[in-house]
Amino acid sequence: MAAVNGEAVLSVDDLRISFSTYAGEVQAVRGATFDLRRGETLAIVGESGSGKSVAARSIMRLNPESNTIVRGGEIIFDGEDLLKLSEKRMLDIRGPKIAMVFQDPMTSLDPTMRVGRQIIESLKQHLGMSGSRAAERTVELLELVGIPNAEERLKQYPHQFSGGMRQRVVIAIALACDPQVLIADEPTTALDVTIQAQILELLRELQVRLGMSTVLITHDLGVVASTAHRIAVMYGGKIIETGTVREIFYNPQMPYTWGLLASIPLPTADRSQDLIPIPGTPPDATDPPKGCPFTARCPYAMRICGDEMPGYTTFSDEHRAACWLHHQMAPNVERPARITGAK
Amino acid sequence: METSNRQITFTPDLFEPVERSPEEAEKIRGAPVGFWGDAWRRLKRNRIAVAAGCVIILILALAVVGPLLTPYTSIGQDLDRQYKTPSLSGFWFGTDEFGRSMFDRVWVGTRVSLYIAALVTAMDMCVGMAYGALSGYYGGKVDNIMQRIVEILVGIPILIVAILTMLILEPGILSLTIAIGLTGWTSSARLIRGQVLRLKEQEFFLASRSLGANTFRLITKHLIPNVFYILIITLMYTVPTAVFFEAFLSFIGLGIQPPAASLGALINDGAHQMRFYPYMLIFPAAVLVTITISFRLLGDGLRDALDPRMRQ
Amino acid sequence: MLKYILKRLVNAFLVLFIITTVTWFLMQLLPGSPIQNAEKLTAEQEAQVGEQYNLDKPLPVQYALYMTGLVRGDLGNSYLYGGTPVTSIILDRLPVSMFLGTQAIVVGLVVGLFLGIVGALKQNSIWDSGAAFLAVLGVSVPDFVLAPLAQYWLGLKLGIFPIAFFESWWHSVLPSLVLSTVVAAVIATFTRTEMLEVLGQDYVTLAKAKGLSKLAVVLKHVLRNSMIPLVTIMLPLTAALVTGVLIVETVFSIPGLGEQFVRSIFEKDFPIIMGTTILFSVFFVASYLLQDILYGLIDPRIRVAGNRE
Repeated sequence: MAAVNGEAVLSVDDLRISFSTYAGEVQAVRGATFDLRRGETLAIVGESGSGKSVAARSIMRLNPESNTIVRGGEIIFDGEDLLKLSEKRMLDIRGPKIAMVFQDPMTSLDPTMRVGRQIIESLKQHLGMSGSRAAERTVELLELVGIPNAEERLKQYPHQFSGGMRQRVVIAIALACDPQVLIADEPTTALDVTIQAQILELLRELQVRLGMSTVLITHDLGVVASTAHRIAVMYGGKIIETGTVREIFYNPQMPYTWGLLASIPLPTADRSQDLIPIPGTPPDATDPPKGCPFTARCPYAMRICGDEMPGYTTFSDEHRAACWLHHQMAPNVERPARITGAK
Repeated sequence: METSNRQITFTPDLFEPVERSPEEAEKIRGAPVGFWGDAWRRLKRNRIAVAAGCVIILILALAVVGPLLTPYTSIGQDLDRQYKTPSLSGFWFGTDEFGRSMFDRVWVGTRVSLYIAALVTAMDMCVGMAYGALSGYYGGKVDNIMQRIVEILVGIPILIVAILTMLILEPGILSLTIAIGLTGWTSSARLIRGQVLRLKEQEFFLASRSLGANTFRLITKHLIPNVFYILIITLMYTVPTAVFFEAFLSFIGLGIQPPAASLGALINDGAHQMRFYPYMLIFPAAVLVTITISFRLLGDGLRDALDPRMRQ
Repeated sequence: MLKYILKRLVNAFLVLFIITTVTWFLMQLLPGSPIQNAEKLTAEQEAQVGEQYNLDKPLPVQYALYMTGLVRGDLGNSYLYGGTPVTSIILDRLPVSMFLGTQAIVVGLVVGLFLGIVGALKQNSIWDSGAAFLAVLGVSVPDFVLAPLAQYWLGLKLGIFPIAFFESWWHSVLPSLVLSTVVAAVIATFTRTEMLEVLGQDYVTLAKAKGLSKLAVVLKHVLRNSMIPLVTIMLPLTAALVTGVLIVETVFSIPGLGEQFVRSIFEKDFPIIMGTTILFSVFFVASYLLQDILYGLIDPRIRVAGNRE
């Protein structure tokens, strides 16, 4: 995939989001910085619990009001900080400017409302379309996302669609008002492998056709390879490595990224090779570690790792990673052989 | 490497590798607690539920020792003392038309009402569990028939059954228990049956059976823990329902008859005397309402605490 | 869909049949007869009365006679009141009870929905706690406690409402209000729970992501999905209402079916007890049936069964 060097459409700077729960304050995002360029797909990769979904929802301010605390940071879009906008202004942004696709198509649609109406709702609200024009546009959208017999299907209810089809409807809803940015939160995780490929293909095609910029959230590096331009690796509420797809896959600079790559089952691997998961579990968000969040599970951990958060080291225009191994005083570490040349 | 503004002096020893054991990696911060520990912790945080629990204990205590607290009794009549208004120095709850201590009567009545409620709940659980377990365990035709019966029973309102039963039987504790509990066990039965069916499908069940394990032990060891928490919650709600029905039947005149006391009978009396002696209604009513509210609140709290979905 | 309804209908009739039969047989076990209140009658007159009420015939025949009469709408004659047909007594009194009940439902629904929705939207706030408190109170204070108390305070002491009888619409207000407390409480609790569950659903978040205002999301998506399950509490509500009507009419001396029923129990007037019991049972079974059917209609998943892709 060609590298995309352009202006930033969306810029997230040192985002810090916490939730207050009965167990204490859960620090979900602890300083995430990344940006989205025009026309590209940025993949945010991480395990569950890394804070990626929370970060994505924060862009659209969709986190539950009652217990969400914005502890700091900025989200710059169209010259404004989205975190500081009034709710009224956000209503104009959600939908026409930034749209979102959720993970589970089985629960993303209102089961008691016809599918067509769920799309028309958006059209009428933001574009002020008349009934007939809205219906036409809905048919166009459904066809765009690859749903045959659009005229009939728009009168049907969500339960009459299969999982993959429902996800296409969700995508159609997102595209309805021609947004500049599409945020896809694990759009294929809940789908069959074969359908996954179809949906990813659809997303890629749409992006090219419509010139959208996409944030793709996923825990699956395999998904990323075919669809993304750049990758941001997230762990423990922080972005620990970013780079182009090539750079991350061929020249990863962080033990966590190595671990992620090592755990992708290779189609060429023979059966004797075990799958290598990363041992351990993500850190406790109510009591996050002082230093690098990956310390507890890192096979290369050093004393300083647990005490201090490493800064970023820049490896190229796009490639940065935060790891104490890059410090001049750190020992030289060989990347595990299995990673080099993967994919 | 860009570093933050903080000044960190870098010494070589900071970059020595640290031995990490796999156990440490798996360690989740915070003391690990089991399902029950977690639930208990959550319940304790719910102050309303805790308060309700305390109130229940208080009422139970009063029901047992209440009548002993005052020198007055509720047996026998003393018309000199009739209709005395409540006062702290004399009769705390006043006296009724026969001069009997209301304080006494209220707690004696509470005993009866709670006793009936307990019996009904026990019956509910026993019959329900047995029926449901058998139905689920045997499956097939037996299950089908048993379920059809349940379906029909569910359609019959408790009210009708209770009234009809009391019309036939002599009013008394046992008859009231039967009247109220006759059709109420169906929800427990359904619950248990569902669990048994689910259990039957589990692999360890088949495995255990092939090893010749005693089915009874299987059921008690595996079934009970799973349904325990739902049963407890059902229990919490059965008690106020039973107390209500007992009171209702007594109010209509089908329940406990004078001179015996129950909360319902006392309330009935009190309602008739409302015009001149409102305290005769207020005290037993207050106890009844308190019992009902407390059990409901505790039940709500338990349900919130034990609901597996609420675990985060 | 049709099969679903038919199955339910059959079940309903079966239940009614069983209730009627069992009740009838139970009545036979009880002491009491049409001659209880009359003065001394000669043996001949007694026999005459017995014949009038079919009491001389063997049991199974009596049963058959009753059941056939039932189908025709003839519920026999009262043991008292000079042998007035039960059906006419019931028809006389039914409208009063229905009126009270309907008023109670309307008030209860409005208040209940309001409390429930407010509680859910302003979760964990003062409004929520207040609404929840009122709801618990409404369910925990039984009608037979509330009615006399209301009668005393609002009727006697403050004189706002009349304390008995049914001479005007104003007379029905207090009884209906008392009846409505349970309805409101149950609906409030239920609505709040349902709304909270719906509010947490993905499709609500998606609706917000579409840029719909909170009001629009609630009106267009949340309310509809929350209200649907309301249908499932129809049965417990009917039960609560019937018990309530019995009590409230007795306390306020309102000439409705409930008061008649309670009196008949004392007077051992079996035909009326039978007739009223059957009527109540019909109510219950009908509401259960209605609940099932409505549920099938409203939930499009059942309605438009099939059409899988």
